Amino acid sequence: MAAYADLPVVEQAILTLAALVLVTSFALLAQSRVIATIHVFAWQGLLLAATTALVALDTGRSHLLISAALALGLKAMFIPWLLVRQARALGILREFDAVIRPGITLLAGGALVIFCYSVVLPVKQIAESITRDAMAVSLALVMIAMLMLVTRRKAITQVVAFMSLENGLFFAALTATHGMPMVVELGIAFDVLVAAVIFGIFFFHIRDSIETLDVEQLNRLSEIDE
Amino acid sequence: MNAITWMLLIPAAGGIVLALVPSPRLGGWINIAASSLGLAASSHLAVRVLAAGPIGGGQFYIDAFNVYLIVLTTLVGLTTAIFSRRYMIHELEIERVTPLRMRLYHASFQGFMFTMLLTLATNNLGVLWVSLEGATLATVLLVSLYRTPESVEAAWKYFILCGVGIAQALFGTVLLHFAAARVVPDPDQALLWSVLHEHSAALDPAVVAIAFIFLLVGYGTKVGLVPLHNWLPDAHSEGPTPMSAVLSGLLLNVALYAVVRVKMLTDGALAMGGEHDPQLAGGLMMGFGLISFLVAGLFLHRQRDIKRLFSYSSIEHMGLMTFAFGLGGPLATFGALLHMTVHSLTKSAIFVTVGHASQIAGTQKIDHIRGLIRTQPAVGWGLLIGTVAIAGFPPFGVFTSEFLLLTATMQTWPWLTLPLLTGLAIAFAGLFRHLHPMVFGALPQGQYPVAVNSLPVMLHLGLVLWLGLAIPTFLARWFDGATRLISGSGLL
Repeated sequence: MAAYADLPVVEQAILTLAALVLVTSFALLAQSRVIATIHVFAWQGLLLAATTALVALDTGRSHLLISAALALGLKAMFIPWLLVRQARALGILREFDAVIRPGITLLAGGALVIFCYSVVLPVKQIAESITRDAMAVSLALVMIAMLMLVTRRKAITQVVAFMSLENGLFFAALTATHGMPMVVELGIAFDVLVAAVIFGIFFFHIRDSIETLDVEQLNRLSEIDE
Repeated sequence: MNAITWMLLIPAAGGIVLALVPSPRLGGWINIAASSLGLAASSHLAVRVLAAGPIGGGQFYIDAFNVYLIVLTTLVGLTTAIFSRRYMIHELEIERVTPLRMRLYHASFQGFMFTMLLTLATNNLGVLWVSLEGATLATVLLVSLYRTPESVEAAWKYFILCGVGIAQALFGTVLLHFAAARVVPDPDQALLWSVLHEHSAALDPAVVAIAFIFLLVGYGTKVGLVPLHNWLPDAHSEGPTPMSAVLSGLLLNVALYAVVRVKMLTDGALAMGGEHDPQLAGGLMMGFGLISFLVAGLFLHRQRDIKRLFSYSSIEHMGLMTFAFGLGGPLATFGALLHMTVHSLTKSAIFVTVGHASQIAGTQKIDHIRGLIRTQPAVGWGLLIGTVAIAGFPPFGVFTSEFLLLTATMQTWPWLTLPLLTGLAIAFAGLFRHLHPMVFGALPQGQYPVAVNSLPVMLHLGLVLWLGLAIPTFLARWFDGATRLISGSGLL
């Protein structure tokens, strides 16, 4: 594989952006304040939109510009706005969702990145391009989001993790195949939009039923009844 | 407009109309009308496909495999809609739901039917993912319809676990698209199943193998395969009973359909051998299926909620089908297709009677449901016969399909018949230890019959009995056509 400096400028930029997206993912993993978590999530969306626009200009695929606009509108603006609004309505905007053992969680995140590289490296088809790094990074985004999901207790931070998982998938589609066919992109964006709205409704249902957004309290149902 | 458009348009339009109709009673009738039209459209489509072979090839593709699931889906949709009209009015009368929530319920019911049919009819693997995720979105607010802490918890689990699970399938879809990009020049064609199937031998086996694992985990979560099943008993038990019937009877089948479609691609790509085991997809499905089958059978013994009991029974049967599709070969595939049909019919009939039983007893707790056969013989007999059928007794269809599966297992993996038979015995015991007191137990005081419509149960169980006694020729040929598509050779 060519050294970083030998790559064309656009590819260098894409790789740098991929690294930055990964950094935001780690920031999400360690951030415990609700408002800051949402802000980091918005930055991740913005970086994704920038990467998409860059790939669109590089490859000349105009439909990716629509994807970039969708990512900007949905992931960098609408969903963070919705989450902030609801966190304010629920009065939890300034609260903390303490990360369980932050050091170990971050180390586990690092281990996941290595694992993702080891999954992607043997694939011969992508041995010769920057796609390999980008695929490994996007798989790592998915894995780290899942790790975040299991280390959080508040419903709202779990939703951020869920949406960040979707960001990872979006990034995978972008770097592996320059996006999905338009009809699929639109369908996924629609699903994400509906999911965001339903999550918003759910916060109020959860609070009304257990008077907190702490999902640890959702523990009435179990596999076997004692 | 062609038949596919009609079939998709009817539930979509029905959902929109139902969202606008304020009267819950009228809503129930419109729901039945839309479901009847849906069944008519899908039957018309089925007749065309059976006469003229596969149609579509662009964004939609209908062959013998999915058209039979389409007919099954619309049939169960119709009978559940008939059951749900009276059931939901009873729920409205005892004030468990408000008229506004009834509107949400009816609109979501048709919305769910639309996503099911779109998942089955689409040729685009990306759209398949979108609509299967759409099915979660359409039903998640129904799981929490009663707004009890338990139902909100169940809905949250359903949303998060299914969402995360199915996200893995999207990653798998991206990988498939990536593998196809080398082979299929037009990027818009590269996710079409029919195109991929044609070129499957040319796909990079390493990429497809990784993609299949992600797809199996993703769609397997929706099938309810152990250990990805935790959401299923909660979601199926806390929502309104008609929802449990369609979730168990339809959603699980459709998710398994998605797994089988990608297995067909994977088998094609790995057939060349090389460093990858050509049986990778089948082996994984057999393992997951067998574990689900055995674990769910054991869980049956420890349930106290009647709907959770039958949810675990659904996991058990889905495990058996996954195992059978993994086994491959014409006999196992034919058995699995038949099992999909009879399980879907029987399980939705059971959930209908379970709904009535819990309305009679005023609870879902097994310990408090007693003496059904004395209070209301139609419900008691329905539950008894339904459970006898699902436990695999002759002469019902479930016996036939399980017998075929056992025979197929004996041919290819003889020693696996032992865990299969053990599992069947465990599940049988698990169901009957709970069933017997519910049906025949001492009659509690002050228990009165409720208004029921026995048509859905009798129709379903009658069909299952018919399939157990003699499969009609046209249906056998139909299943055989689907078997030929999936396993390469027919049985007849």
